[in-house]
Amino acid sequence: MALLQISEPGQSPDPHSRRIAVGIDLGTTHSLVAAVRHGVAECLVDSSGRAVLPSAVRYLDGGQRHIGAAAFAAQADDPLNTIVSVKRLMGRALADVVGHERLPYRFVDSPGMVAIQTRDGVKTPVEVSAEILAALRQRAEDSFDSDDLFGAVITVPAYFDDAQRQATKDAARLAGINVLRLINEPTAAALAYGLDNASEGLYAVYDLGGGTFDISVLRLTQGVFEVMATGGDAALGGDDIDAALATWALTSASRTAESAHDRRAMLMAARVAKEALSDASSTVLACGLVGGALAVTVTRAQLDLLSAPLIDRTLSAVKRVLRDARLTRDEIQGVVLVGGSTRMPAVRAAVATLFGRPPLTNLNPDEVVAVGAAIQANQLAGNAADGEILLLDVIPLSLGIETMGGVVERIVERNSTIPTAKAQDFTTYQDGQTALALHVVQGERELVADCRSLARFDLRGIPPMVAGAARIRVTFEVDADGLLTVSAHELTSGVQATTAVKPSYGLADDDIARMLRESFSEADADAAARSLRESSVDADRMVLATRSALAADGDLLTDAERRAMVELVETVVQVAQGADHHAIDAAVKALAAGTEAFAAARMNRGIRQALAGRSIEEV
Amino acid sequence: MKLDDSDFALFRLPERFSLDRADLDIRWRQMQGSAHPDRFVGEGAASQRLAMQWSVRINEAYRRLREPLTRAAYLCELRGAPISAHTNTAMPADFLLQQMAWREALDDADDSVALAKLEAEVLAGERDLLGQLDTLLDQQSAPRQAAERVRALMFINRFRADLAERIDAFHD
Repeated sequence: MALLQISEPGQSPDPHSRRIAVGIDLGTTHSLVAAVRHGVAECLVDSSGRAVLPSAVRYLDGGQRHIGAAAFAAQADDPLNTIVSVKRLMGRALADVVGHERLPYRFVDSPGMVAIQTRDGVKTPVEVSAEILAALRQRAEDSFDSDDLFGAVITVPAYFDDAQRQATKDAARLAGINVLRLINEPTAAALAYGLDNASEGLYAVYDLGGGTFDISVLRLTQGVFEVMATGGDAALGGDDIDAALATWALTSASRTAESAHDRRAMLMAARVAKEALSDASSTVLACGLVGGALAVTVTRAQLDLLSAPLIDRTLSAVKRVLRDARLTRDEIQGVVLVGGSTRMPAVRAAVATLFGRPPLTNLNPDEVVAVGAAIQANQLAGNAADGEILLLDVIPLSLGIETMGGVVERIVERNSTIPTAKAQDFTTYQDGQTALALHVVQGERELVADCRSLARFDLRGIPPMVAGAARIRVTFEVDADGLLTVSAHELTSGVQATTAVKPSYGLADDDIARMLRESFSEADADAAARSLRESSVDADRMVLATRSALAADGDLLTDAERRAMVELVETVVQVAQGADHHAIDAAVKALAAGTEAFAAARMNRGIRQALAGRSIEEV
Repeated sequence: MKLDDSDFALFRLPERFSLDRADLDIRWRQMQGSAHPDRFVGEGAASQRLAMQWSVRINEAYRRLREPLTRAAYLCELRGAPISAHTNTAMPADFLLQQMAWREALDDADDSVALAKLEAEVLAGERDLLGQLDTLLDQQSAPRQAAERVRALMFINRFRADLAERIDAFHD
C-alpha cells in the first residue's frame, strides 16, 4: 500500500504542483514511454527493467491478450492472432498497404481503414494501437504510483498524413489518454538532441524506423526548434529490408514459405540476420520452416545490395527536402540519426556520403524520440520554466480540393508552419447549382487520382444563380497537432458547412465511444468514477490557470470584474469537492465563459510584450 | 493589436519593401513564443481557440512578409494596385520578350550545362527585378509599375519550378 503523505506545517499540500506528463513513441517495431523526473528525461521501464515494449498484440481466448514481448515471441506460432507492425496499417485501406499480400493476416477490407479478423473478433489498427498505448499508460502510472496521468505527447512520423494522425489520436483516446499534443518524431529527436548538446544552427534528422522514413531539416535558435522542411515515406523502413532479405533467402535456397507461420518465421529470421550483419560481415540466416529447416549464409555485401534500392529512396527524399528548405548540404551543421534501422552500416555510409560528413550517433536511436516527447510533455503540462522551448513544426504534404476535371487546387502548401489557415474562393459550374460537393485531398500530384482522399462533404442550400456567380469560400485550418478542419460558406447568401476532416476511414465519435465501452467493458461504477476524475482534473486545471492569470494580469480588470471572476473560481472549487461530475462540468463551463474576454485581453498584452524588446519602428 | 491589423503593423515594422530578414525571423519567433497554442495547454478550450487564431495570423503575416514576391504584392495591394494575376497580365514590355526567349531556351536545352546556364540567367533576371521593386516601392512610390514587376516575378517563379523539374530529370 502506498504511504500517505503529510505536508510540512504551514505548507499546503498541492498535488498538482507537478503534473504527471509523459512522452510516448508509438513505433512500428517497438514503443516507449518517457517522462521528466527530478529534472531528467528518461525512459520508464517495466517490472523487469526493460524500456522497450515490442509493438505486438496477441489476442487469446476469452478476451485475454498479451501485449509486448510475449506477443512478439508468438508471432510465428500464432500468426493470425498476433498483430505486429500495426502502425503500417493506421489510417489505411487495404489497397494502400504495399505488400499486404505477404502479411499473414485475415484482412477485412472496410471502406476506410483495413481491419483484421482475430479469434477475439475484428480489430481495427486503432484498437490494436490502443492496446499498446494502454500498456504504456499502465507502465507510467505504475512508475509514478499514481493513476492521475495529466496527459501525454505522442509522436507520429513527420510524413504521416491527416488520416494516420487522426487514427493515432483516436487510439490514444481509446486508451484513455489525454493527448496534450501529437508531435513529429524527427522534431522530438531534434529537441532531445539539441537540448542535450546545447546546439544552435541548422540540423537534419534522418529517421529510419521499422516502417517509416522521415527527414526533417530544423533551425535551432535559443530554445526554438523550427522545422524548415520535412519529407519522407510513410511506408519505408526496416520491415521492407527484412522482407527483401527473406525473399532472397528463400529464392537462393529454392524454398517457399506458403503458410502464415512460415512467412512470419522467415521475416523474424531475416531480421535477426540483418541485425547480426551490423557487426559481422557474414552470418547464417536460419529458420525452422514447416517443410524442414532452412539455413542460408548471408554476407553484409549481399544485404547492402538488397537494401540499396530502399536506401536510395531515402536519399531522394533528403535531396528534395534540402531543396524545399532552400539549403545546400554544406549549410547543415550536423545530421542526427534516429530509428533502429540507422544501425545498418550501409545506411550510415550512405548518409555520410550524401551530407559529406559523418552523422551524429552519440545518442540512443531507439530512445531519443520518446525522450524528446517527454521534454515537450513536461513543458506543455506547465512543469518547466516558462518559455524554455517552443516547437514550430510544418505540415508534410500539401492540402487541396478537387476541381473540375479531377484536378487538384492546392490550398495549403507543404512545409507551411502550423497552426495555419488558408481560404480560397470557388464558384459554381452550372446555372442554378444549389449544392457543391467538396473533396479534400492531400498530396503533391496534380491529379486527384494520384493524391490521398481525406474527406468528402457537401455545401447545400446555395440560392440558384447563374454559373460562376456564387462565391464559395473554402477555408482549411490545420491545428498544432497537424490535423485539418475544412469549412465552406457561400459569401452572398451566408450558407455554411463545416467538417472536421474525420477522414474517409470514418471513425466517428460514436464509434470511439462504442469501442471504449466494448474494449474496456467498464462497469457503470467505474465509468462514473472515471468521469468524475476527468471532471475534477479539468476543474483543477481551470482553477489553477485562472488564478495564475489573475495574479499575472489582474490589473487588466476592474474591481467588479475581478470579484466576479474570483467568485466563479470559488464556485468551481466548492463544487469540485462534491461527487457530481455534471455540476463540476457546469461550473467549469461558467468559469470558461466568464473569463473569455479576460483571456483575449491577456493574449493581446502577451503579443504586444513579445516585441517589447525590439526597436519599434513606426512609419 | 488586432487580428486584422496589417502584416507590417502586426510585426511593428514600417510599411516598406526593404526588410531585415534576420530581424523579421526574431520578431516571428518572439511573437509565437507568446501566442502559440502550446503556451495555453490546460487553460481551457476558449484560450486554445484564441491562441490558435493569433498563431495562425502571425504565421500568415510572417509567410507573406518573408518572401520578397508576396511582400511586394501585398504592398502593391495596400497602395491601391492589386496584382489580380487572373485578370491583369500587364508586365514590363522587355520582360515579355525575355520570357519567350527563356521558354524557347528551356525547350531547346538538351544537356545539364545548358540548363545550368539558363538557371543562372533566370536568377540574374530575378535579382534585377527585385532591385527594381526596391526603387519603385520604397523610393518612388510607384505601385502600378511595381505590380508589373511582381507579375514578371510570378512568371519567373513558375518558370523556375519547370526548370527545376528538368534539372532533376537529368540527375535521376
